[in-house]
Amino acid sequence: MLSKTLHISTSPHINKGVSTDMIMKNVVYALIPVALFSVYAFGINALLVIITAVISAVMTEHLLCRWSNQQSTVSDWSAIITGLLLGLTLPPIFPLWMTFLGGVMAIALGKFVFGGLGYNAFNPALVGRAILQAAFPVAITTWHPAFLEDRFVSISKSVMAFPFTEPIVDGISGATPLSAFKFDQITTDSADLALGLISGSTGETCSWLIALGGIYLIYKKMMNWRIPVTILLTVFVLSGILYLVESQIYPSPTFMLFSGGLMLGAVFMATDMVGSPITPLGIVIYGIFIGVLVVVIRIWGGLPEGVMYAILLGNALTPQIDSLIKPKVYGSKKVMV
Amino acid sequence: MLTSLKNTFKHGVHPPENKEETNGLPIRQFPFAPLIILPVQQHIGAASQIIVKEGQEVSRGQLLAKANGYMSVPMHSPVSGKIRKIADVLLISGQTSPGIYLEPFPYSGQEVVVGNPISLDASPEEILKGIQDAGIVGLGGAAFPTHVKLKIPEGKTCDYLIINGIECEPYLTTDHRVMLEQADDIFTGIRYLLKVTGAKEVIIGIEANKQDAADHLSSKIPTDLPVRVQVVPVKYPQGAEKMLITALLGKEVPSGGLPIEVNAVVVNVATTAEIGRLLPHGQGIQERVITITGPGVKKKGNYLIPIGTPLRYVLEQVGAVDNISEVYMGGPMMGVSASSLDISIVKGTSGIVVFGDNEVRKVDKIYPCIKCGACVDACPIFLNPSKLGILAKFEAYDTMAEEFNLMDCFECGSCSYVCPSNIPLVQYFRLSKGIVRKRNSAKQQKSNA
Repeated sequence: MLSKTLHISTSPHINKGVSTDMIMKNVVYALIPVALFSVYAFGINALLVIITAVISAVMTEHLLCRWSNQQSTVSDWSAIITGLLLGLTLPPIFPLWMTFLGGVMAIALGKFVFGGLGYNAFNPALVGRAILQAAFPVAITTWHPAFLEDRFVSISKSVMAFPFTEPIVDGISGATPLSAFKFDQITTDSADLALGLISGSTGETCSWLIALGGIYLIYKKMMNWRIPVTILLTVFVLSGILYLVESQIYPSPTFMLFSGGLMLGAVFMATDMVGSPITPLGIVIYGIFIGVLVVVIRIWGGLPEGVMYAILLGNALTPQIDSLIKPKVYGSKKVMV
Repeated sequence: MLTSLKNTFKHGVHPPENKEETNGLPIRQFPFAPLIILPVQQHIGAASQIIVKEGQEVSRGQLLAKANGYMSVPMHSPVSGKIRKIADVLLISGQTSPGIYLEPFPYSGQEVVVGNPISLDASPEEILKGIQDAGIVGLGGAAFPTHVKLKIPEGKTCDYLIINGIECEPYLTTDHRVMLEQADDIFTGIRYLLKVTGAKEVIIGIEANKQDAADHLSSKIPTDLPVRVQVVPVKYPQGAEKMLITALLGKEVPSGGLPIEVNAVVVNVATTAEIGRLLPHGQGIQERVITITGPGVKKKGNYLIPIGTPLRYVLEQVGAVDNISEVYMGGPMMGVSASSLDISIVKGTSGIVVFGDNEVRKVDKIYPCIKCGACVDACPIFLNPSKLGILAKFEAYDTMAEEFNLMDCFECGSCSYVCPSNIPLVQYFRLSKGIVRKRNSAKQQKSNA
């Protein structure tokens, strides 16, 4: 009796019980409705793109870990998020071989070279997408209309394009609301925008489902609400001011809010914990910075959409924000630098 | 003054309280163990000096070891009996300390040897001496000699005497029961404390989960004492001196300073009760109230246990035998795991929590820091544990201390509690602080030489 070996550990001996893999898993859960809507809107093409992105991200992570003699980190679920997010930011008829390459790049150059989970300075999915945008500027801006009747039975030739060949465009293409506005000055109905009845990247069209996923994560305390709120508020206020000044030239703030990848980026990508600042004030600065960049790129830049670059630049600014914004330590006289 | 008076501090965590199983159980006397083992190192400071011999018969309350200088307290016999041997005793740290093995007489009664009673008319110096002679140390767990803490430095004044009845550690209900059952001792203790500190106002801080204790003490406040009871919201680590001062006074204790910098002195409520009980009779500490609880304990409760009772005997008596995996001396947030059951109850033991196999926290995997910021939002002194943790891994101890205020960390463990990646942050900081202290004293010696 009382002779068995005692367990010994350092305090605290209890834990809140929220683990990193649990956070990652919940992000995946929050993204599932978005992915399902994407398949509903764009059919089998979108399904193939998303699945390919996830498989390539997970496979790359596993193999890189193996080749560098480390334990595979696939079980922390973060590679699945990277794959999902990459798939959701690509056009629905994006060639699968390019998608696959994007997944490899996202993990290898966006995550692994920095040291893996926790050390990736930039959102890996966006790094992958940025590389694809530079390498395949045509394919990544070839959009496809949503809700085509044959979307569940026919696979686009473009999707199945043979590696290293020019993508084949089917002939049917659908401009996104942002590109329609930028190049043809056509505005899209706000109700269609909010409900996601528009063309765009696979997962960016249904703003309300994305927002719902964000609310779920905020409720679970697994996402910092300040990031999406400051980004969206900044975009809304800034474009609102412009709209008030000259409503003929500038798009309405609701159009800005619900079009393009803003919602997906603000809720699921700018909130990547690793690439965002750690203090509340730092987060607000980061959010405003991204919001301003989104408006500037969309309205005055050459591209119709700027969420990706805005977030990547925000990630780049994060270390500077964190070294400048330090909370005042209890009882210290030091003030913020 | 930076913080607004919201009756609590900023940040902190809310671990499950788990107090309901013992907070309704009255304090019960624990039997004497067949062998009492008393280490002379039970407090912060110099160990007591043994003044008895092997084979000597001693009475309950008799002085066994005297204080070794100012930063030390004496030790009294918890029971009448015979000194079996004087030899090394195992401490919870794994180190040993000289100690006394005392075999109680089978007929040992409750009568106690009386020393020099200290009346309320005594001078502050006499009272301080009386507190030291009674062997009183902080019973909240730190075991810092109380007379040292109560000595107001030259040029400082104490306006507020804060009685700490927060007990923010989960599971523990020691202070709760003391407040419910020993109100008279507490107020007598406050009279002595008012005399030595010269405080103008007394605030008893109690967390909202002990409303009954707050009501009871409020109803018992003697009309001639400037005492008020302040109930504050439940939050860990509110029982830490600095956090309690912020909660009650809205002031911040300067970094590296003591509460007296903001004209306050904080004393634990059980320590206050002990002063009120022992000083009028000139007695020394022989026993203390300890909560024994946790899923591994059959007879949970609050017990008055003689100092020096072996942990093994305690666990056998409360039926913690079959399902025992880890034993904590103190609460689960700051308590220390017992590496052996052959250690003794000491003055600083405020609780014994027993976890079985199912409850013990098994860390199967440590993930990298994902910069989620949970620790930053938890740290009650606004450090950046995430950054400090990374610096500790790079062994950048000097940077941690100079640029990231490492030395302000009081090791409450809130950062580790919330960390989703299971990073043992507070353990890193304990080790880092030790290394910085060592380096600093080495530097000091070099510059002196």
